[in-house]
Amino acid sequence: MGAAAPATRRRLKLGSVLVGGLIALLLVIQLYPIIWLLLSSVKAPKEFNLRPIYALPEGFYWQNYADAWTRGNMSTYFRNSIIVTIPSLALIILASVAAAFALEIMRWRLQKLALMTFLVGIMVPMQIVILPLFTIYYNLHLINNLLGLILTYTAFGLPLTVFLFSGYIKPIPLEVIESAVVDGANIYQVFFRIVIPMLMNAIVTVALVQFFFIWNDLVLSMTFVNETSLRTIQTGLLNFVGQYGQRQWGPTFAGIAMAVIPILVIYMLMNNLVIRGLTSGAVKG
Amino acid sequence: MDRVLRDRRAILVFIGPALLLYTLVLLIPIVWSVGYTFFEGSPVSGFRFNGITNYVELVGDAKFWQALWFSTQYAAVVTSGQVVLGLLLALLFHFYLKRGSSIVRTLVFFPVVLPTVAVAAIFSKLFAIAPQYGLVNALIDLFMGKEAVVSWLGRGGSAFWVIAIMDIWRAMGFYAVILYAGLLDIPSDVLEAASLDGAKGWRLVQFIIIPLILPILISSLIFSLNGTLKVFDSIVALTNGGPGSATTPLTLYMYRSAFTNNAYGYGSTVAVMLAIYCLIVSLVAYRVTRNNA
Repeated sequence: MGAAAPATRRRLKLGSVLVGGLIALLLVIQLYPIIWLLLSSVKAPKEFNLRPIYALPEGFYWQNYADAWTRGNMSTYFRNSIIVTIPSLALIILASVAAAFALEIMRWRLQKLALMTFLVGIMVPMQIVILPLFTIYYNLHLINNLLGLILTYTAFGLPLTVFLFSGYIKPIPLEVIESAVVDGANIYQVFFRIVIPMLMNAIVTVALVQFFFIWNDLVLSMTFVNETSLRTIQTGLLNFVGQYGQRQWGPTFAGIAMAVIPILVIYMLMNNLVIRGLTSGAVKG
Repeated sequence: MDRVLRDRRAILVFIGPALLLYTLVLLIPIVWSVGYTFFEGSPVSGFRFNGITNYVELVGDAKFWQALWFSTQYAAVVTSGQVVLGLLLALLFHFYLKRGSSIVRTLVFFPVVLPTVAVAAIFSKLFAIAPQYGLVNALIDLFMGKEAVVSWLGRGGSAFWVIAIMDIWRAMGFYAVILYAGLLDIPSDVLEAASLDGAKGWRLVQFIIIPLILPILISSLIFSLNGTLKVFDSIVALTNGGPGSATTPLTLYMYRSAFTNNAYGYGSTVAVMLAIYCLIVSLVAYRVTRNNA
């Protein structure tokens, strides 16, 4: 026993050193590109020319951010993204909670069929919808119009959110609603005063997930908007990187960092909610 | 009570807006899209009925087959990478980090939420060759000299791998978290009993763990296949389908047909083929994995 114990301990130690090294490597692989981005975004132009790209910045060259914000139009893209994202989120949440309420609590024929209809939308590839939608929007003058984007994001968000909220509403006991009705509440009061407050946690999670989808979207915004003054953050960034990216690395890195930083902040504050929200939609769907 | 819940007007008020918007923006265009496959033209020039010409053209279109082949290769490589690495990470979290894995999981998941365009822009700089060396080429230059530097995005073969690495990097944390949740559901006495019977390491994974998390593994596989067959953002932002058309998937080919060549009917035909292909692959993946279990 006296001889065996140190050997086992040594093997254990070697094992945990190996696993520790593996995890360190993993974290470097997952995080270093972002750290590298942030470091590179504060390098002065001459640092890119004279020193290797892995060198640390010599100081903080904030001019890159100023250039990206003004000359690179990032301020416009940011504003447009916010103008589009906030109403879309509000509409998605309101419409899908209401629809789920009608599907799970109210009583009518064709309830099951209506739910199935929404589920079809989860599976359909976006690409199959884009071309007819472009024709419709073209005729309604919704191309190069932020309202068109808001409607599109809302509609594309609905299938998954209706499905998720149905799952959250189903377990609400009917007695809760019944007692409110006995106390004289009408159905709209039941919805706004009872059901919505009970779903608050779910609403935050679902809204967070939809925020990522909308904020990160490329294909819809690129299809329905092509005027620089109306571009959202991803199409703007794509354009900006294409234009500037070849020569001016500093402002390019700053522009990319601007698209990443809001996401980084939200993730740091609410990562558990984000992870739960994103993965719950996936496995059920 | 029943009367309140059967209030037709209230039902319409609640479900009307969602159903209307969903029908107009998604359902009608889906049907419309299938209709388009029998037409030629564009919203600007107008549409003309042309029967099954689009389908005939599709069969003889080498570019279509090239895009289909690219999408297939890409989905096979990236799905394998995402799910296999996700599983390895989940095992690492569960069996080596145990309770302390929360921070590591959170950090590994982070790339999942990043905007694809930003990620692609970072990767294009990581693998750049001109006007400056990107990080990868700078390191190659440092250790192996100038001759070993590679134009990663300038050749179809290496561009394929850069895109694949990027999308595996982006999503493996997602599958790790999903599969980790599956591992948590395995009762610990099952694992104890198995290890008492002498099952260790890979054998334990192969004969006990994988069969127990099979349903969630299949969901991950199908989810990943569906995502990778429809890849668009990563490729548009990283290579834009090039060099030439070497990295053009079906989605981008459809997009080009419609918006660059103004052939909406043909683009729709490609889109419908893509939808059918996704459906077939998902069904086959489901059947094959189920039968092997």
